[in-house]
Amino acid sequence: MTLARRIIPCLDTDAERVVKGVNFVGLRDAGDPVELAARYNAEGADELVVLDIAASRDRRPTFLQTIRRVAHELNIPLTAGGGIRSLEDARAVIRAGADKITVNTAAVLRPELISELSAEFGAQAVVLAIDAKKIGTRWTVMLSSGRASTAVEAAAWATRGAELGAGEILLTSVDRDGTQIGFDIPLTAAISRKAAIPVIASGGAKLPRHFAEVFRDGFADAALAASIFHDGRQSIRGLKQFLADQNVPVRLPC
Amino acid sequence: MKVTLIDYGAGNLPSVERALLRLGVPTERADTANGLAAASAVILPGVGHYGALIRALDENGLRDALLASIQRGVAFLGICLGLQALYETSEEAPELRGLKLFPGSVRMLAGAVKLPHMGWNQVRRVPGGSRLLEGIEDGAFFYFAHSFAAIHQSGGHPNGVLATEIRATCEYGAEFVAVAEKGNVLAVQFHPEKSGEAGQSVLRNFVRLAA
Repeated sequence: MTLARRIIPCLDTDAERVVKGVNFVGLRDAGDPVELAARYNAEGADELVVLDIAASRDRRPTFLQTIRRVAHELNIPLTAGGGIRSLEDARAVIRAGADKITVNTAAVLRPELISELSAEFGAQAVVLAIDAKKIGTRWTVMLSSGRASTAVEAAAWATRGAELGAGEILLTSVDRDGTQIGFDIPLTAAISRKAAIPVIASGGAKLPRHFAEVFRDGFADAALAASIFHDGRQSIRGLKQFLADQNVPVRLPC
Repeated sequence: MKVTLIDYGAGNLPSVERALLRLGVPTERADTANGLAAASAVILPGVGHYGALIRALDENGLRDALLASIQRGVAFLGICLGLQALYETSEEAPELRGLKLFPGSVRMLAGAVKLPHMGWNQVRRVPGGSRLLEGIEDGAFFYFAHSFAAIHQSGGHPNGVLATEIRATCEYGAEFVAVAEKGNVLAVQFHPEKSGEAGQSVLRNFVRLAA
């Protein structure tokens, strides 16, 4: 019996439409979140992530409505995030139907937020999103969708996040995001080895072999991708069959 | 038939409602002892901290009401923490008392590489099978999200005693109880409401057994 490696499609939304970006900029419309969610649920996705990339206050009710509509379609776990700054923000997202929440910038600015969320919802509901970029010789935690750097080192932050009560890390390589040249294997391996909690690798996926590499050489527990699934180039079913043939343990869709 | 969901503030309650709705089963929520008085099938969902669940049961008079309805023969399904609550105690909050319907205690999955045990893992029946897993292939994957479990000790029980309630196990760091069944008391460590088609089948089996 083995814990399956997870394949997680991600819907980056501007509150009500799915958009796709290259290196976090240049957004294009990629469809309806509810339709995509239903398709991925049926295709054998292990979880679904929905992010509000605009995360503006006045669009919040629209995003919550998106979560509600998406949750209705799923019988797999749903993670939602983007702009969660407080316990109150998190409550609204969980109440709308998310099983887990991701926190990013707000947790870097005030790490105790992780403990507060973990105390209220349990560690299994708190996903610490880390956007990392290689600056010089070290992986640096980035904020504001990868545009602003911090003095924080990614592996140290991952360790701290786990101690504070996060249950998972969603690790995005800012260097690789949108490039489609493959996951950042050294980054993923470095964080996965250090962190006592599961790591979801993100950024750069295009080919099935990229996923095999991030599980085998990057020690990722899960892998996330967006646009390659949205435009139908890569089916989740086909990807999982490829991984199974490569002896990566996956849950094959029935 | 209507299923009564114990509402102590668990985050997965709406998901369980949605899953039952998909099966065409009406639900109602109960947050007081009164709400359980006329129940014909009860689900205790749970996610998060064991202490929060046990305290909520005690503060709202739900412990005795729940035990009374189980005594009456009402079909009961515990999910995740709802399974853990059935044992005597848990390492997660050692000062609190569980419902003590099953002997033994819940412990941390300390042998595991990473915690929480998060994601899809395979469940294997013990000889004799499981009513909740009827019609589901052995080794099917279910979604887990927990760090504590009723840890199975080589052919026995969380405390080493032979336990007849263990109907299926899963392995992560240690072998632990994935499905427990004893008369009308049924429980699963995984989240059927988040476990795709296999999970829907478990809920369907529960509803059928409760009818």
